Amino acid sequence: MGELTFNLLAWFTLLSAAGVVINRNAVNAALCLLLCLTGVAGLFVVLEAYLLAFVLLLVYAGAVVALFLFIVMLLDTSGAPRALPRRLPLIARVLAGGLIASGVLSFSARAKLPVSEAVAAAPGIGGALKPYAYQLFTTYLLPVQILGFLLLAAMIGVIVLSKKFEGLEDVK
Amino acid sequence: MIPATLDGHLLVSGALFALGLLGVLLRRNTLVVFMCLELVLVASTVALVAFSRYNGILDGNVFVFFILTVAAAEVAVGLAIIVALFRRRQTVQVDELNSLRN
Repeated sequence: MGELTFNLLAWFTLLSAAGVVINRNAVNAALCLLLCLTGVAGLFVVLEAYLLAFVLLLVYAGAVVALFLFIVMLLDTSGAPRALPRRLPLIARVLAGGLIASGVLSFSARAKLPVSEAVAAAPGIGGALKPYAYQLFTTYLLPVQILGFLLLAAMIGVIVLSKKFEGLEDVK
Repeated sequence: MIPATLDGHLLVSGALFALGLLGVLLRRNTLVVFMCLELVLVASTVALVAFSRYNGILDGNVFVFFILTVAAAEVAVGLAIIVALFRRRQTVQVDELNSLRN
């Protein structure tokens, strides 16, 4: 049962990720990204990280993909000539393909990573909320503060980038 | 069939990463390149969650929060840059945005 669920979710995720890469239309690519993120949230549920599955759907599917769709429709590049895949030099193609294939195959062909059977069989600890809060406000307090500052900087950056300032033409 | 073990999850994560990288290398539309960049970030979160599940710790899961936040900030700034670029150049194709090349 667990195996079947995992396989369905994994193939669903990978196929919709392939859809993001091969779709010509940017709107369809964004919708494929949405499907892919839903699959990843399913994988998180399989891994018993329920909170993360929820947050992933909320932040990514709810905010990021919506933002992508909004921008795709705002820019409306449908009038542009049809974009063919970029032509890379032969050596770059061979090198990139070989590296990617060997990277993925090294995961599948490798001997099994050492996993303690007891830990794998025990229920995951990612289900409860309390441990997350404890970790975030003790061990990872400084990174949380830095992230808050990063979000502030990003917000100011976005405002500066998108707003037209009077008499400040060199900002752009 | 992919086994539902740590190795299986890492295989999925690696394949997702490879697909995202392929998209970044091959696509010409800046917006789609950006979406593929998001795929790469999500692939890393799958690996983190799988590692912390199979080691019985929470650190990987907590780190996913940080990755999500950074990704959200990155999307906001990146899309603002793309919109500003489109206003000025009327294009989002990677090949035409080459004024830094020479």
